[in-house]
Order: sequence, then C-alpha cells, then structure tokens
Amino acid sequence: MDWQAIWLTARLAAIVSGILLVISLPLAHWIVFSRRRWTFLVESIVSLPLVLPPTVLGFYLLMAMGTRSPIGRVWSEWAGHPLAFTFEGLVVASLFYSLPFAVQPIATAFSQIDPTLREASATLGASTLRTFFRVVLPLSIEGVIAGVVLSFAHTVGEFGVVLMVGGNLPGVTRTVSIAIYDHVQALQYREATMTALVMLAFAFAVLLAVYGLRRRPLAAAPMA
Amino acid sequence: MTLAVHLAKRLSSGFALDVSFAAEPGVTILFGASGSGKTTILRCVAGLVRPDAGRIAIGDRALFNGDAGVDVPVQDRRIGYVFQQLALFPHMTVARNIGYGLAGLSPAEHQTRVAEVAESFRIAGLLDRRPGQISGGERQRTALARALVTNPAALLLDEPLSALDYAIQLHIMDDLQRWNAERRIPILYVTHSHREAFALGDRLIALEQGRILASGSPHDVLDHPAQAPLAEIAGFENVFGATVVARRDRTGTMQCVLTGSSTDLEVPLGVAPEGAAVQVAIRAGDILLADREPVGLSARNVLAGAVLDCSMHGSTVVATIEAGARFVVHLTPGGADSLGLKPGTRVWLVIKTYSCRVAAPAHARG
Repeated sequence: MDWQAIWLTARLAAIVSGILLVISLPLAHWIVFSRRRWTFLVESIVSLPLVLPPTVLGFYLLMAMGTRSPIGRVWSEWAGHPLAFTFEGLVVASLFYSLPFAVQPIATAFSQIDPTLREASATLGASTLRTFFRVVLPLSIEGVIAGVVLSFAHTVGEFGVVLMVGGNLPGVTRTVSIAIYDHVQALQYREATMTALVMLAFAFAVLLAVYGLRRRPLAAAPMA
Repeated sequence: MTLAVHLAKRLSSGFALDVSFAAEPGVTILFGASGSGKTTILRCVAGLVRPDAGRIAIGDRALFNGDAGVDVPVQDRRIGYVFQQLALFPHMTVARNIGYGLAGLSPAEHQTRVAEVAESFRIAGLLDRRPGQISGGERQRTALARALVTNPAALLLDEPLSALDYAIQLHIMDDLQRWNAERRIPILYVTHSHREAFALGDRLIALEQGRILASGSPHDVLDHPAQAPLAEIAGFENVFGATVVARRDRTGTMQCVLTGSSTDLEVPLGVAPEGAAVQVAIRAGDILLADREPVGLSARNVLAGAVLDCSMHGSTVVATIEAGARFVVHLTPGGADSLGLKPGTRVWLVIKTYSCRVAAPAHARG
C-alpha cells in the first residue's frame, strides 16, 4: 500500500476543502443574494470545471503557472521556484477544479432559505454579517457540510488536472489516483487493488455521511 | 410620535402606488382588497422596498427622502415588522427569537427584557420551545414580542391575525393595545377583513389600486361608503344598480327599482332625487331567509325567490338566490339545515330598510 500517496492526498484534500469553504461562503452568498444582473456570469465561470475536460483545465493552469505567464513569473520570483510540479501548484489547481463542488451545494442551501427570515433579521437591527452567522449559516449547515465533503472527495479523486499540473513526483505531487494508475501500468495488481479498496471505502463513507446528514430533521419546523 | 408617509412607487408589474398619510400613535388600519398596495406600503416604511420618490419620517427622524437622498438602511430604522408568515427563526427557541434584536445588553438585562415582554404577551411558559412546537396563536404572540422587545419607533403588522380564529385574534389585540397604552407608538395594521378593521382600528385608511380612497374612523369609512368600490371591499357582497322611483320624506325612506328587474326595495332616504340612478349595497349577513311567506314583520322588504346554489365556506353557508336579481346570503349551517336549502328551494328574502346602503352610481364618481 502506498501510504505516502494516501497521506499526501489527504493533506491536499484537507487544505483545498478548507480554503474552498472560506472562499465559497461569501461567493455563494453573493451569487444567491446579490441583486446584480450579472451573477449568472460568475455562476457560469464557477461551474466551468464541471463541464470542461480536466486535461483542458489542467493545460490552461499549466500555461498560467509557467514562467512565461505574468502569474507564473510573480510566483517564481516570490517563491524562488515555478508553481508547476509542486505541491502548492497542485493546491492551486485543485481549488479551481473543485470550486463548483463546494459552491453549488452551499448556494442551493442558501437559496432555499425563506427570504422573509433575512428580512425579519434586518428589521430587528441585524447587519448582513450578523444575519449570515445567526440565520443563514445555521439554516444551511447541511449544504455547507455537503459542500466541504464533496470538494474534499472530489479533490481526492482528481486525475487529469493532477497529471497535467503536478506530474508524478512521489511525496510531492503523486496522489492516490496517480499511484493506482502507476501500479496498473507496472502490472502491480495487488498494490492497485489495496489502494483502490481504501478509496472505495472512503468514497462510501463520504456518501454515508452526506446522505445521513440529510435525513436529520435539523431545521424542520413548520411555519404558520 | 407620528409616522408620516408620502410615497410613490411603480412596480415592474405596472402597479403604481401613490399615497400620503400620517399615522398617529395608536392603531391605523390599512384596508383594501389584495393587490391594493397595503403590503408595499409596509415594505417601503420598513426599508425593504425603496420608493421611487417621497418622504417617510417618524417624528422628525427622516427614514427616506427621495429629494435629499436619504435612505436609512433597514437595520437602522427601528421599525418593528410582523410579517404575514411571521418569519420566526425555526432553529431558535422562543426566547432566542424574542431576544434576537436585543444587541449590546448584559446577559442579565437581556434576560429581563425577554422575560418582561414574554409576560406581557403570555408566552412566558414557552421560552424553551421552538416555533415548530407551539400553536399558531402562540407563534403570533412570539412574533409580536420579538418585534416589540427592541422598543421600535413604529410597528407594522401585515395581516398577522388572519389565520387565527376570532376569539384568539381579539385576545392578542387586547394584549397589544394594553402594551401600547403606555408606549404610544404608531401601529400600521394591514387587513382586508372588515371585522378586524372594526374591532381594532382607531383610524382607517381605505386603499384601492395604490391610491387612498377614504380615511377616517372605521365606522365612518366602512359603514357609509360614498363610493361603490369601497362598498364592495367593505363587505357588501350585494351591490345593485337601481333607480329612485319615489321619495318619502315623511318616513325617511325612498323606493328604488333594481336595474333590469321589477324588484323594488325600500331604502333609507338619501340625497338622490326621483329618477336618479343609484347603487344599493346590502351585506350578505344582513339578509334573513324564510321557507314560507312571512307575515306580520317590521321589515319592509320581502322578496320571493329560489335558491340557485348553496355551499359551505368555512363555518358559513353561502347561498345564491334569484329574486328578481341575484342575491348572496350568508347563513349559519344550522340555519341552512332548518330551511333544508338546496338548489331549487323556494325562499323569501327579508331585508330591513336600514340594511340597505345607497351610494352614487359607479359612472357618477369622479
């Protein structure tokens, strides 16, 4: 079993889903509650990785990270090495790739909140921030958890983007998905089977958690 | 303090609101059919909808002034709002709901204020429950307590009691009136119920299609509608075109023939001369029914007719009766049973002279 790859993947997914939570809460809030007309544009951009082939996304990210692009140059000068084929590069790529999986469940949960609850909160003197933490977040906690879990799981499973941006450097960019692929290529079916089983168990546990949460009548309270 | 409202608002649906009024301390009823603009007025006062133009002020504090560019954000207006759906926070207990608007108090002070208002609205025993675990009347009381605990400068109520039965409504309004007796804030109360308007209001503003039709005491506005649309919205289910055929100054009555029929009614003497076209309005609940021709009555109008249709609406039986014109009559289920009402049943309508209201005809209004 490739514990190094499993540990690296878990670290990557934890960092990515953590950062995505921080990004997605305000982003979903803006998409759902803003009255601006071009929210659909942002929504489309956020959802792009859902329909874009991972290799295409990976290709563009690789180009952007190269020293010929302004972003890549700034990073290289700051960090002393290019972003591509590093763990940091993998984190950045995964953020883009998994963004819709965090934003969409959160935005869906936000949009299901009765709008008069937010209005009532405002008439009671609460700021948008207070309304968010006292009303919006508690009532959409299931969606938020689903967003974190799905973005974590999705980061664990990515393959095309990782291969394009990260390559296959053991301990640096070699994730579980890549490791399994490698084992198969090398005809090491025993190792591949073991690692794949770990992934299967993990995926099933994730779904149990997500669907189990939905069953809990957290905010079930009939209103007059 | 007085709540002064002058506002114009055009909605994307094409609906245009243009009203101007001042609400003194006490209950002011905003009365009108659905779609007359009542709720939009409340939303503008609360700051949830921005008027196109106008001024809204509480005392000398401006909440909105289109010319001066003043538009105080909702959360800084200090206007209590009880929504039609109440909008209680489902994930919080009654106590947390009530205390929601109390920011920056010490825990002890916070608790005292919540306990105080819960006591006034008789929900002190429910503080640990959630909105889903209490009755409709109790949710109503919680919503009122939550809006009032912050000592708002005015209170807006959007048909808050319409889902409750009448006894509970009166009880809750009693508590609200008692609470407001010391504080004397203006309360805008939106309703389309005639009964609530009479029971609760010091003053009534009747709205139709975004404009103020009339204002005054509920009795003045609703009982003497000078205008037919108001007669209709004020609960006169029967409104007929008619012609005055005889005036009897001595008895204080006049005789009218309903347009398109030979049916005539004795009505109270009005200003209309003989031959003038008028409208006669009669409430469905003011008409008596008999299953044989009544004799020895003081009521002057007895019309023979036949039941066209008869159905239950809540606890009221609504009968449509053809008696030269189509009359709508409201009865209790017991009353309908004892007459054996069904389509085709022959009945007599009994209408007192003073149950008939006379108004200028629709085309004569300005």
